[in-house]
Amino acid sequence: MNHSLVNWFKFASPASFYPLVGRLIPFFATAAAILTIAGLWVGLVVAPTDAQQGEGYRIIFVHVPASWMSMFIYCVMAFWAALGLAFNTRLSGMMTSALAPTGALFAFLSLWTGALWGKPMWGAWWVWDARLTSQLILFFLYLGFIALQAAIDDPRRADKAGAILALVGVINVPIIYFSVQWWNTLHQGASVSMTKAPSMAHTMLLGMLLMALAFWAYTIAVALMRVRCIILERELTSGWVKKNAME
Amino acid sequence: MKPRHKRLLLIVGALAVLGIATALVLNAFRSNLVFFYTPTQIANGEVPKNTAFRIGGLVKAGSLTRDGITSSFVVTDTAKDVTVTYSGILPDLFREGRGMVAQGKLGNDGQFVATEVLAKHDENYMPPEVKDAVNQAQKAAKTLKP
Repeated sequence: MNHSLVNWFKFASPASFYPLVGRLIPFFATAAAILTIAGLWVGLVVAPTDAQQGEGYRIIFVHVPASWMSMFIYCVMAFWAALGLAFNTRLSGMMTSALAPTGALFAFLSLWTGALWGKPMWGAWWVWDARLTSQLILFFLYLGFIALQAAIDDPRRADKAGAILALVGVINVPIIYFSVQWWNTLHQGASVSMTKAPSMAHTMLLGMLLMALAFWAYTIAVALMRVRCIILERELTSGWVKKNAME
Repeated sequence: MKPRHKRLLLIVGALAVLGIATALVLNAFRSNLVFFYTPTQIANGEVPKNTAFRIGGLVKAGSLTRDGITSSFVVTDTAKDVTVTYSGILPDLFREGRGMVAQGKLGNDGQFVATEVLAKHDENYMPPEVKDAVNQAQKAAKTLKP
């Protein structure tokens, strides 16, 4: 093995992951605070009014980044779940369960802000179109994952059951993303995508991207804080926790 | 092959099977997942008879007439037109030339009687000045055409 490179597998052990994460949290928490202030300032003060929707469109600065995040967090959870099942690493299961509550929060925010926007713009709080329904299923998948893990006492078995649910549920993410292309939906198509130029004003786009980065930093900070708690809970009997973390 | 590689392969295989199964199910449900029908589909008789369904399309420019809270307008997908009548308050984003979705039944006279009208927003977000510029450019392009 080449010793000049960082040995990433070292950090698969909770004992060496715990202090590393402790050093990273303040950085991401600060980034989240700064980016949120910048994003809200651009979104609420700098960005122009929309030609048709007036000021009501400004909900996108929370709605769109929250929706992106809810889908992305589920993919990350599925990644950790697959890693945990294949390599039997303890940390993978801990990361999966640390991410779930934040994912559920963003899925809920996405649905709630969408409803607030939908009432004045569409004329309905909720419609059963493919995009809204699949996003609701994502929210239920998060709740199901949390409930399933909480229902099983043995943490390793809880991780396995949760991992299978996370992997099965990941099929829903592309369905959410492409639902507006595959079917006639009331929900509009993507304003920002990888295949074409964004169909919105530049300052609006900037505000949305800043908020997306803020949500990323927030998610990382909160998930790492949560994984530290889970590590302490599960490794309470091992020597290193007593020696280092309890100081 | 190490056990962990076997497990990884099993996961990938299971996900692939599940993905294909989902794709087949969604494909079978294709018509039921449609939120609205277009006027062309109505003209072709693709919509269920005597049941409520949704119609979607653009509100034809200059077709909106109001009588109290009862309004009537023409929905078009640029190929076919359907007249819609609705009594109730239209949503904020409801404009002529814009998208909308209405729920209701098709009468025998070919008129669609709506019980609910929703405005459909497009994916374009732009400030009013840009919108004016776009409109003027479109007008200019129209007048230039022979």
